[in-house]
Parts: sequence; structure tokens; C-alpha cells
Amino acid sequence: MNKNSNTYIIAYSCIMVVVVAFLLAFVSSSLKPAQDVNVALDKKKQILAALNIRNLSDQESAEQYAKVVDRDAVINADGKEIAKGGKGGETAGFLLNSADYKAGKLAVYYCTVDGKHKFVVPVYGMGLWGPIWGYIAVNEDCNTIYGAYFNHEGETAGLGAEIKDSKAWQDLFRGKTIYGADGKPVIKVKKASEVKDKSCEVDAVTGATLTSVGVSDMLQEGFAKYMKLFAGQTSQTEANDAGDGEKK
Amino acid sequence: MENKIKSVFTAPLNFMNPVLVQVLGICSALAVTSQLKPALVMGLAVTVITAFSNLIISLIRNTVPTRIRIVVQLVVVAALVTIVSQVLKAYVYDVSVELSVYVGLIITNCILMGRLEAFAMQNKPWPSFVDGFANGLGYGIILVVVGAVRELLGRGTLLGFEILPKSVYEMGYLNNGTMTMPAMALILIGVVIWIHRAYFYKEEK
Repeated sequence: MNKNSNTYIIAYSCIMVVVVAFLLAFVSSSLKPAQDVNVALDKKKQILAALNIRNLSDQESAEQYAKVVDRDAVINADGKEIAKGGKGGETAGFLLNSADYKAGKLAVYYCTVDGKHKFVVPVYGMGLWGPIWGYIAVNEDCNTIYGAYFNHEGETAGLGAEIKDSKAWQDLFRGKTIYGADGKPVIKVKKASEVKDKSCEVDAVTGATLTSVGVSDMLQEGFAKYMKLFAGQTSQTEANDAGDGEKK
Repeated sequence: MENKIKSVFTAPLNFMNPVLVQVLGICSALAVTSQLKPALVMGLAVTVITAFSNLIISLIRNTVPTRIRIVVQLVVVAALVTIVSQVLKAYVYDVSVELSVYVGLIITNCILMGRLEAFAMQNKPWPSFVDGFANGLGYGIILVVVGAVRELLGRGTLLGFEILPKSVYEMGYLNNGTMTMPAMALILIGVVIWIHRAYFYKEEK
């Protein structure tokens, strides 16, 4: 047989492609369930990290998540709940991704840590080289940060990547004020020399100006999206407080 | 025959080391060696892929039309890389996140195409398999050496465990942040090549 004839080459490549396609399809579909479990677990770990619960084994993470997260929800930009998640927090907001976020479907996780209510909200933005995202835990007062976790796809190791690797940097966000008196987000990341108001401004990562600007923009944009939700929550708690007062 | 297999196995570890002598696969060697664990996994992944792509190409070498042989080689390598990347995602998720795009980029690793063209297309399956395995190993060893030095000096840990005792830090020792940058990997590889040329490479002459 002439191995260099066109017929042979075309037949050869067709057979090769079909064989490889079937092989890859088989591998991909048989490993999919195990991969999905890993992706979900990784997300849970990131949410726990925002709540300052870190360095747990896989199993502990799953247990802690089920314990700490009361429920997840999907809200729209008006702060209205459009999908209510069940207990355990992996049925509504948990399934959303950055595309949903951009389309205005926002995830919220209602959590309880040491008897206190916390909200965890995801934020997505752009760093220097690619997407960055974070989970921010907000205190019951809806205006101060309880904990923050950031992650990235491809920021420079040792510089921009510090937003993920440096726990010390993420801890700088604890206790910062999110919204100003006019209700707009005031939380920002700035160069250390430019930080004026320590209650709402965080030192940037040294040597990673553009990534830090990305984080700053992401927080500004993200908390603007969640503005209605948190404004609504505050008036609700106030209403509840007032109601309690009357009963007494 | 025994001797030939032996030299096929030992050559890539020393005289024909893909990184040290042929200076192939440097790109990924810089990118994944900031810590030991990803370096180990990357070395292992490349070893598996070179071994099996060599084996497969050697098995089908007599049927491959010469005019599309590079395409065939690429398809085999790409399929293997995809499988390895899927397996990593399913069983060692954190490592696969850390290696990110570099697993996919194994496809473009010159060591692979080099071995397929230079060895597997002309040799029987068993020697080809050994050649691929040894070349992957030769690459992996360098990665592990560089990864270990960078993690130890850059973070004071190995595989994530604290190696340097607290007392060393109390005496004023600081982790060298430059070690975690890719530039240091280049310098370290240079140093490894230098040591290799100075002490081991002479014998061949």
C-alpha cells in the first residue's frame, strides 16, 4: 500500500481523529463527577476563608461549611431575592458564576459564626493579567468587613499573587467600613502613602499596583451592586429592633 | 541489547539531559518550580506523557504517513496531555490549580516533539518507552532540584512543611523573596548547568 497517497492520508487522519475523540469523551465524562466535587469543595473553602476559617482538611471544610452557612440565595440589583437556597447553602447562589454576576444575578450566603449573623458576598473583577475574584464576609451591621478572601487566575507570583497568598494582607480588610454616609461604597485599596482614612482604605500590595487597583475597582463595583441588599437589611433590622422595643 | 537499553536509559539523565545539555523545556522549568510540590507533579506528568507518547508513536510508526507525521505526533501528545490534565483535576485539584496553564503547555514542550521525531519514529516500542521515561525523568530531576532550592530559600519550607527552625529566624534570618520569582529559576538552572558541565559532563570527551 502506498503510504503517501492522498487516500491513505485522509483515511488515516479520519480514523485517528475518531479514535482520539471517543477516547477523550470517555475520559472526560468518567472523571466529571470527581472534578465537580473538587470544584465545589474549593469554592466552599474560599467562602470559609472569607469567614476567617482556614487551613482545614477537605472533610473538615465540608462539615464546617454545612455548619456555618445557613442558606444561600440569589438576589438582583434591587436587593430582591429571586431564588431561595435551602439549608447547607449549595443550591442557589452557590451555583452562580462570574457571568451571572455580570448579568446582575448576585449570590449571597447567610452565615452564622459564633452566634453572630454574617453575610458573605462574592465579587469579581479584573487584575493585571486576568480575572480576579473574592469573597467578602460582612458583619451584622451591614457596613463593616468581617473577613476577606481574594483569588486570581494568573497574577504575577510574589507580587500580584499576594492578594491570594498573603493572609496578612487579606486580614487588613477586617473591620473596614464599606459604605459612606451617602450610602455609596467607600472601601478602597490605595498606595500606603496615599491612605488618608484608615477606616475604609487599605494599603496596596507592594509592587503590585495594577492588581491592587483591580481589587479596589472590584470592591467599589461589587459593593455598589450589593448596596440595595445591605441598605434593605439595615432597615429590616432596625424595624425588627423597633418592633422588639414595642413588645417590651 | 541489554547494554543498548541501559544507555538509552542513562544518557538522558546525564550526557544527554534534556534540560542541562539540550536546553529544552526551560519555559515550564521556570514557571512551575517556585515550590517543590508542583515541580514534582510537573516532572511526573511530563515523564508519563513522554513515556507513553513515545510508546504509542513507536507502535504506529510504520503506519504513519510521513507527510502528516508531525500532525499525528501532536494529536497523540495532545490527547495524552488532556487525559493527564483531567486526571489531575479529578484527584489532585489544588496542584492542578497551581500548575494552571502549564499542564496544557506540555503539548508545546520541545522535549516531547524532540524525542518523538528523533527516537520513537525510528525505534522499537520498548526502547522508545524507556527513552521517553528517562527523558521525562531527566527533566523532572532538574525541576525537583530547582524547586527544592527555591522553596527552601524563598519560603523556608519543603513540600509545605517548615524546615528552618524558629531560632534561625530569631537570629535575623529572612526568607529570600527573590527566590520565588521566575528570574531566580533561570539563574538557578544556569548554576545547575554550570555544576553539571564542571563535574559530570567532562567524562564524555
